[in-house]
Amino acid sequence: MTTSDLESSPKRNPLVGLVEGVGNGVIGIFQTLGGLVSLAASIMVWAVRPPYRLQNLFAQFDFVGVGSIVLVSLTGTFSGMVFATQSWSAFELFGAESLVGPTVALTVTRELAPVFSALMVTMRACSAMCTELGTMRVTEQVDALETMAVNPVQYLLVPRVLAGLCMVPLLTMIFDAAGLFGGFFVAVPLKGLSVGTFVLRTQNLLAPADIWEGLAKGALFGFTVTLIACYRGYNARGGAKGVGQATTRAMVDAALAVFIEDYFMGLLFHG
Amino acid sequence: MSAAQKKPPMISVQDLWKSFGDNHVLTGIDLDVEEGSTCVILGGSGSGKTVLMKHMIGLLKPDRGKVIVDGEDIVPMDDRDLERVRRKFGMVFQGSALFDSMTVYENVSFALREHSTLSEEEIRARVREKLAIVGLQNVEERFPAELSGGMRKRVGLARAIVLDPKIVLYDEPTTGLDPITTDYVDDMIVTAKAELHVTQVVISHDIASSFKVADKVAFLFKGKIVAEGPPQELRHDPHPELQHFLQMWFGKGE
Repeated sequence: MTTSDLESSPKRNPLVGLVEGVGNGVIGIFQTLGGLVSLAASIMVWAVRPPYRLQNLFAQFDFVGVGSIVLVSLTGTFSGMVFATQSWSAFELFGAESLVGPTVALTVTRELAPVFSALMVTMRACSAMCTELGTMRVTEQVDALETMAVNPVQYLLVPRVLAGLCMVPLLTMIFDAAGLFGGFFVAVPLKGLSVGTFVLRTQNLLAPADIWEGLAKGALFGFTVTLIACYRGYNARGGAKGVGQATTRAMVDAALAVFIEDYFMGLLFHG
Repeated sequence: MSAAQKKPPMISVQDLWKSFGDNHVLTGIDLDVEEGSTCVILGGSGSGKTVLMKHMIGLLKPDRGKVIVDGEDIVPMDDRDLERVRRKFGMVFQGSALFDSMTVYENVSFALREHSTLSEEEIRARVREKLAIVGLQNVEERFPAELSGGMRKRVGLARAIVLDPKIVLYDEPTTGLDPITTDYVDDMIVTAKAELHVTQVVISHDIASSFKVADKVAFLFKGKIVAEGPPQELRHDPHPELQHFLQMWFGKGE
């Protein structure tokens, strides 16, 4: 053994550090998941307990749902147009342009509408939700509610998560309509496909089950993204910086959750 | 005098212990707050003042000990009973903690809407009355961000007393305020006791303000109450840490 070996032996093995880091990361993920599940349970319990504050609920419906209509319509129209343009150039190669309608319709209703609606709601509404709740937490407004014998989960979180659960499926429907319109616009007026072909082909291949699949996904995603925003905001600590960090993490977690859930929902419906 | 002494205290903390991990914050607190009196819990930062106050209103559960509020031990209570007990409290927060999305009127009337079935006119009358007690007029339609720090504190008190609580808690009411506003807030605490006959608990590290508003000062040091009594007596209490703390204000000469 050389001297340097002797010296380095009491030092920490870099491998141990790596294992520790990975382990802490895994523990963190499970802690977050546990926190989310227990918050979801408590939200469900408080959602059915009186008093029902309809005013708060409708305010959130308005904010999450009505406020996102324009954004979702625009996103939907352009997604449909992009998809129609791309699939047209592919289908053109083997003369299957008539399939552009159903291709757009199936992709939009099953996948694009729920995923993009949820992402738009995350971006627009959940970021605001997380910042607002985080600010209320760090300025003791949440404690103030509690000392006034008003349950903050019931007062603040229940309406927000219910709004996500109910409004994202509705936005998904709007996205469906906008996406189909976008696809139609590219295929028929721009590329010269006949209206009859577009409509008939789409009608033949698009089943109500496809739309239901999208709506079910929308409900799940809406619930998840608002739950994550509420969880991060409600547990924010340490002033303006903490609120900023909470919002960043909420956005990242919510977007990731949408794609992960989307994969498993796909397995459930088509696996 | 003897009749008053026989009355049980409004708040009685008995042998209270609380640790967060290895951090032993409260190590055996005993404190009685008499009905209708103002008790200041004085201590430096990190002495456990806020933790002690959170136990009084049931926001934290102790590791050991009793917290008796108006004759009931709140430590073993479940959420539903705690909510009932919390209606006996009003709390004024350090940063006022007014709901910033609501006007002053909506802030003050909040608890009435949640917990009473009063009509709109009755609510309006009650809000006006409470705002008058704290010395504010014509601010109902303003938002908290449009008020000065001292006014926000007063709105915070109006909100805290709107359900006619028996106890009002103040969390560091004068921290971060300029001397004139501090004076204004001290007056508010003295007036609240005289007009509302409530029991008040103030946590503070502000010596001058504590001596002005208190009937009794309890000095909290390292998780224990090491000295307590009326302010005049406390100035001559021999406890070294207390004297060290008081010298910061009164100077070493006295």
